[in-house]
Amino acid sequence: MKAIELHHLTKQYGGRLVISDVSLSIEKGELFSLLGVNGAGKSTLIKMLTGLLLPTSGKAVILGHDVVKESDQVKQVIAVSPQETAIAPNLSVYENLDLMAGVHGFSKSERKRKVADMMQAFSLSPYAKQRSKTLSGGWKRRLSIAMALIGEPEILFLDEPTLGLDILARRELWRVISELKGKVTIILTTHYLEEAESLSDRICILKAGEVKATGTAEELKLLTGSTSFDDAFVALVEEVAV
Amino acid sequence: MMFASRTTKEMIRDPLTLFFGLAFPIILLLLLTLINQNIPDAVFSITNLTPGIAVFGLSFMTLFSAQMIAKDRVSELLTRLFTTPMTAKDFITGYTLPLIPMAIMQTVICYGVSLLLGMELTWKIPIAIITILPVTVLFIGIGLLCGSLFNEKAVAAICGALLTNLTAWLSGTWFSLELVGGWFEKIAYVLPFVHSVEMGKAVMQGNNAGILPHLWWVLGYGIGITVLAIYVFSRRIKE
Repeated sequence: MKAIELHHLTKQYGGRLVISDVSLSIEKGELFSLLGVNGAGKSTLIKMLTGLLLPTSGKAVILGHDVVKESDQVKQVIAVSPQETAIAPNLSVYENLDLMAGVHGFSKSERKRKVADMMQAFSLSPYAKQRSKTLSGGWKRRLSIAMALIGEPEILFLDEPTLGLDILARRELWRVISELKGKVTIILTTHYLEEAESLSDRICILKAGEVKATGTAEELKLLTGSTSFDDAFVALVEEVAV
Repeated sequence: MMFASRTTKEMIRDPLTLFFGLAFPIILLLLLTLINQNIPDAVFSITNLTPGIAVFGLSFMTLFSAQMIAKDRVSELLTRLFTTPMTAKDFITGYTLPLIPMAIMQTVICYGVSLLLGMELTWKIPIAIITILPVTVLFIGIGLLCGSLFNEKAVAAICGALLTNLTAWLSGTWFSLELVGGWFEKIAYVLPFVHSVEMGKAVMQGNNAGILPHLWWVLGYGIGITVLAIYVFSRRIKE
């Protein structure tokens, strides 16, 4: 079964097309990146897939469930780590994780075990009692991803997970994301080319709401006759501009 | 109840919430009682003043409620939670229920301090505390509505400045509305704030017949605004 299937998905605000007739599919266990410059439509696409925005037309199916008609079932299998850190600032690291386990309906003993596991997996244990607002940017992002994963989703949406982080924090987060590969289907939005190239199984290049190309980093380089992924990306998005 | 527990923790760990929610109304009560010692006026007598200060204190509950929702929207915590199995009911109860015990505690402290300042201990006090419940619903409902509609900056202006001033000026707490009269008094009596205070005053004066007319106003506004707030918030989730 495909993890995600999009059929002619379109989003329009007033007369402005933000996502235009997007059709693609994502395999289970794949790390699929949506890459594009600002305003390409990456976040809008994620919002439609997670049920936060209704499509104007077309259809999106997640693990066999229509995201509009079967949103309750979809919510059982997805999790989102939004662009902002999306944590409760006055709650400790432990309490934030416990909150997310609680909203997914786990019992007290299950919550305790899952929070401990997640803190271990994300090296958060030393900060368990620390208020989350006092964490550094990198640790907040790490907590944000742990909060998304605690509900054991089959599909994880990471919206610009390393935005605004310094290079060391970004590399550390890449390591965390790499370790998740294969265990869960990941849809990653980014505008860092290096991030998309090093982490993704496949990359979708978006420009002004349209899919310009989809494939592995190597396939995109071959498609454009470029020697580097940066050149391939520029060639694809400039081609549209011309 | 996990989300309600989180709301409680967020509020009680915020020093500004504690100050404006609990300490500020008490400071006002002490200050006005001191003034009253020099200006003997029925408006500032402790029995008249306490129901007004109790209602004024509740206007901060609106601010806390609205700010928390607006902050959660900006930080995208709500975005995250909207993609979980949480329902509209879970969100609404999570944002509102924790404020009710806090509001009751605020009112109890307010009446407790008034007792220390010389108010007579009577059976009317627990009734006055019970009649504050519909007023609590009203103010929490306004908070839910404003938090769903406005951003954090607008919430601070609307709930922090405008609403607290409206509650102060149009409730008859600080001065007699009859003395001002005219359109000011008419507007005040169309809004729920003066009715909230008059209801408490009627209880404290033992004027049982005077409670109901004000209670209907407060209940009407409270239910109307809460229903509207739930509708707007639920629409936000679906959007």
